[in-house]
Amino acid sequence: MKIAVQTEAFDLAAEVGALYQANPKVGAVASFLGLVRDINEGQGVSTMSLEHYPGMTEKALIQIVAEARQRWEVLDATVIHRVGTLQPTEPIVLVAVASSHRGDAFAACEFIMDFLKTRAPFWKKEVTPAGEHWVDARESDDRAAARWSR
Amino acid sequence: MKVRLLYFARLREVFATGQETPELPAAVQTLADLLDWLRQRGGAWAEELAEGRAYRVAINQDLAERDAALHENDEVAIFPPVTGG
Repeated sequence: MKIAVQTEAFDLAAEVGALYQANPKVGAVASFLGLVRDINEGQGVSTMSLEHYPGMTEKALIQIVAEARQRWEVLDATVIHRVGTLQPTEPIVLVAVASSHRGDAFAACEFIMDFLKTRAPFWKKEVTPAGEHWVDARESDDRAAARWSR
Repeated sequence: MKVRLLYFARLREVFATGQETPELPAAVQTLADLLDWLRQRGGAWAEELAEGRAYRVAINQDLAERDAALHENDEVAIFPPVTGG
């Protein structure tokens, strides 16, 4: 399992490859790549600034992956989340899950992403020529995470 | 009792501080007590930490409920709903 919070970019192919190249039991890897969207709708250049709670962020991500492993067959998993200043189109988060079969890989990947969005302490601030503002949490993210309640 | 308080994101900005290590009065025993004590500072503290406002609290890096007990040297973080991913 790899959990990383970093400012640097990551290599998608290398990260996904590392989940299966040394493990012939892996039959499926599902991955999710989150990108910085230009939500400023073309009104000048906007950037995204990411803050996190060092220590708790990593702890929360480890707990989320551990819970996914209890629910599905997960052979390995990688979660990388970037912090600092990011431009539109830049990758911000990668969740990749290796399993024997696609069903478990898809479900665990979506579960980890839904809980990352509602439980892991990251905060986005949008910076535009007109000023900066903190991005509001979305109720739809809470509903997405609530779907997994048993 | 002394605890380490951390504030993040928008709350860090409106409180104009990221952390403090206050000596709490003896009557402050739970998270709810601590929030009451902070609200008594008035201004942004009373406004942002009012009942019904959306914020989260973690004790020693785990999300905590308001009735959680506080202990010496606990790390208590107060922050807005998260918006990562």
